[in-house]
Amino acid sequence: MPINETLSRYSDWSYTTATAIYVLALLFFLIEQSFGVKSRRAAASAGARARELVGAGGPGTTEVTAGTGTDAPAVTPPALPTGRAERIGRMGAALTVLGVLLHLTALVLRGFATDRAPWGNMYEYIMLATFIGMATWLLVIKKFPVRHLSGFMMLPIVILMFINGTLLYATAAPVQPALQSYWLVIHVSAAAISSGIFLVPGVASILYLIRQSHEQNPARFAKFAGRLPAADVLDRVAYRTTVLAFPLFTFGVLCGAVWAESAWGRFWGWDPKETTAFVAWVIYAAYLHSRATAGWRGGRAAVINIFGFAATVFNLFFINLVTAGLHSYAGVG
Amino acid sequence: MTATEAPPKSPEPQKPYRAGPVRQALAFVRNTWRGLTSMRTALILLFLLALAAMPGALLPQRVLNATKTDQYITSHGWWGTLLDRLQFFEVYSSVWFSAIYLLLLVSLVGCLTPRTGEYLRAIRAKPVLTPRNLSRMPHFREGTVGQSTEEMLEKARKRLRGWRIAERDEGDGVRSVSAEKGYLRETGNLVFHFGMLGLIVAFALGKMYSYEGQVIVQADGSQFCNSGVFAYDTFNPGLRVDGTRLDPFCVKVNDFNATYTAVGQPLHYRADIQYQSGADLETGSWRPYQLEVNEPLRTAGDRVYLLGYGYSPRFTVTYPDGTTRTQTTQWRASNQATMLSEGATKFDPPGVTDAAERRTRQLAITGLFAPSSLLHGGILTSTGPGLVNPMVAIDVMRGDLGLDSGRAQSIFSIDQSMVKDGRLKRVARKNLAVGESVTLDDGTKVSFDGVQKYASLQVSHDPTQDYVLVFAIAMLLGLGASLLVKRRRVWLRVRPADGDGKGTVVQVAGLARTDQAGYGEEFTRMADEFLTEGKRK
Ligand code: HEM
Repeated sequence: MPINETLSRYSDWSYTTATAIYVLALLFFLIEQSFGVKSRRAAASAGARARELVGAGGPGTTEVTAGTGTDAPAVTPPALPTGRAERIGRMGAALTVLGVLLHLTALVLRGFATDRAPWGNMYEYIMLATFIGMATWLLVIKKFPVRHLSGFMMLPIVILMFINGTLLYATAAPVQPALQSYWLVIHVSAAAISSGIFLVPGVASILYLIRQSHEQNPARFAKFAGRLPAADVLDRVAYRTTVLAFPLFTFGVLCGAVWAESAWGRFWGWDPKETTAFVAWVIYAAYLHSRATAGWRGGRAAVINIFGFAATVFNLFFINLVTAGLHSYAGVG
Repeated sequence: MTATEAPPKSPEPQKPYRAGPVRQALAFVRNTWRGLTSMRTALILLFLLALAAMPGALLPQRVLNATKTDQYITSHGWWGTLLDRLQFFEVYSSVWFSAIYLLLLVSLVGCLTPRTGEYLRAIRAKPVLTPRNLSRMPHFREGTVGQSTEEMLEKARKRLRGWRIAERDEGDGVRSVSAEKGYLRETGNLVFHFGMLGLIVAFALGKMYSYEGQVIVQADGSQFCNSGVFAYDTFNPGLRVDGTRLDPFCVKVNDFNATYTAVGQPLHYRADIQYQSGADLETGSWRPYQLEVNEPLRTAGDRVYLLGYGYSPRFTVTYPDGTTRTQTTQWRASNQATMLSEGATKFDPPGVTDAAERRTRQLAITGLFAPSSLLHGGILTSTGPGLVNPMVAIDVMRGDLGLDSGRAQSIFSIDQSMVKDGRLKRVARKNLAVGESVTLDDGTKVSFDGVQKYASLQVSHDPTQDYVLVFAIAMLLGLGASLLVKRRRVWLRVRPADGDGKGTVVQVAGLARTDQAGYGEEFTRMADEFLTEGKRK
């Protein structure tokens, strides 16, 4: 199949533009996070959104929302006027939507240029995973009052996209015979999508630890953590996204095994990539267990989640670039 | 997961109580069991499993690459030897890895047994009584509506269709509904854990009864039969496989084709094969199959894979007395991208019966083969993997090949110790294109006649892999239900409003029995419906 050079070039441009737009949005969000009133308000009340929703209920109703184990100052602060920082934050969100659309365009164009699923090498894989990370984040900020945290989410994304676009860039090309299978479409996309989603709980868990440490001792991270939402909100963001990504990841590993059975002659052979995926899977299983184990909820669970994401990143970079295994399809020369 | 214990019987007054050895042993067993099946232990075992699996990704593993492993050990001195002794190069069959997953297995069984019982009881039980004080629940709303209590109950029954509900009359006109939903979560959780149990067992059995063998077959109509270990170049049996009674089938490789892009990147490999198994073996009929990467042949319960391909240069040696010998021996690619290959084609002199004399006149043709040759200052390289203008750069060695030495010899190389001992000497070095030849000092002529492609095949046998797949799918479905279904309860208590007798006071309360996340919205929606007049969609 010949490669369509023009489309491939447009894809590259879209990718670069999306990255630039994210950087811009990142700056907007940092302004919002640093100067926003909203951020401080959100930090003070965990279930701000839930309350707003309920407040709209019929007359004569009383509402009790038990904070799930939050001892954060649960006073509802007076409503504050929409400030300038908040406006900047909303502009950041709009920019992010634009960036995500361009990001998607880059992916689609790459697919048309190569006439195959656009995740056949490491560059394309990271392009997909970062896209999913951003798209998930957009959904998260629709559901949870955490928009002003977008900067923390976008920082790793932007760094990843920059490294990806420069060091890992691979020109559009067909894939080798072992990859010419519909399992490429299913297995690799499931892996990339779940890894992309896992970025969200990874970041949320780091913020959780900072916030928790601050809640235990307000002197710690006083300036910074005071503006984070309550630990409880961050915990919920992490849990909800992990619970979404984990079955998908499981599905991806399962499909990988089915594919390996037809491509490599066995469904599981402890290839470095398989092994590290197994390790990451076990860590995330431990995360879910820890939330049902007394004494392990909260901080320890967050640490486990971060380990899970570390294993995922390690699998992507170290195993692809350093060790040699059957998965050496990175296409990084 | 701990069972409640009956309170101790009243102590016997006459003797101070001392547990006998049997009792002590029992207590020890019971405590160990409890410890092992606690959630915390499971968690720690999971960590250990993750930790123990990791070295396998970082250190070379013998089962994957024995040569690399040995190199690693020798180049790391005592450190390498120590790791080897501690089984770090066979992580997944090591004692410690097995111990961890066996413990986890026990923990899993110990955890699942009581939970299954609990589950069976819970699935038959009615939803719990409506608590007296609903306002203590995590979610609670109260309001007065115009409908009668009966109308409200009717509305609730309709709204809670699909929930398991229990209605109760609490007297004084107060009625309540207790409803619960999401039992599928626990079902899913159990299916998931049992699926995993089954998967681990099936996987372990598979490791014992499976085998894998590799074989190279010339793509000129040569055939291979799965008749025994001897038919393979390499063979890796499971613990319970002794190599006898393999499933009989035969494969004949008629042709091999590879296509490449303009820059030599491979696009497609295909081996044109025929096979026979079962009744075909008696009738002798062959069935055609196009063997491709990702498209293994599945027959007789085994799978045949196309792993790769290579080139076998054909050499003819014409001895001074006019006798000729022709051999087509596979050489192996030292560079997968350009298929520059190396190998050794070995000849015994014809008509020589004396072993000692034969050992002075054996020949080996070693060197490089390039499918798309490029000579650069006399150095042969290959510009691509396709067969464009093949060429060899050979050393012809004469003397004792060491074939009688009893040492195993690779078919791809000569025994270098023979060269070192001076028993095998180079008698010619030449680059040859197809049709060219070189004549040795004794008049023997070595000619490069052409090239034959070969296919490298793998036969795999694993009787449990279908079970593994079934268990894996069960796990996945169970996991989905267990993570995405929410177990939750809702209660509704209605009583006639005081005074005029019209209207009803409604209390709605909710509790998510699992993670609270996301339940609030559903509750709010439901409470809104109960607390507003008329219908709202
Ligand atoms: C091979 C090791 C194991 C793995 C990979 C594993 C995996 C998982 C996963 C992924 C979940 C998530 C489902 C959910 O959160 O509802 C889960 C839940 C659960 N597992 Fe395991 N499990 C293992 C062993 C065990 C053992 C040994 C026990 C008992 C001690 C256990 C008890 C539980 C319980 C009680 C839950 C439900 C927790 C909850 O509702 O959040 N698991 N397990």
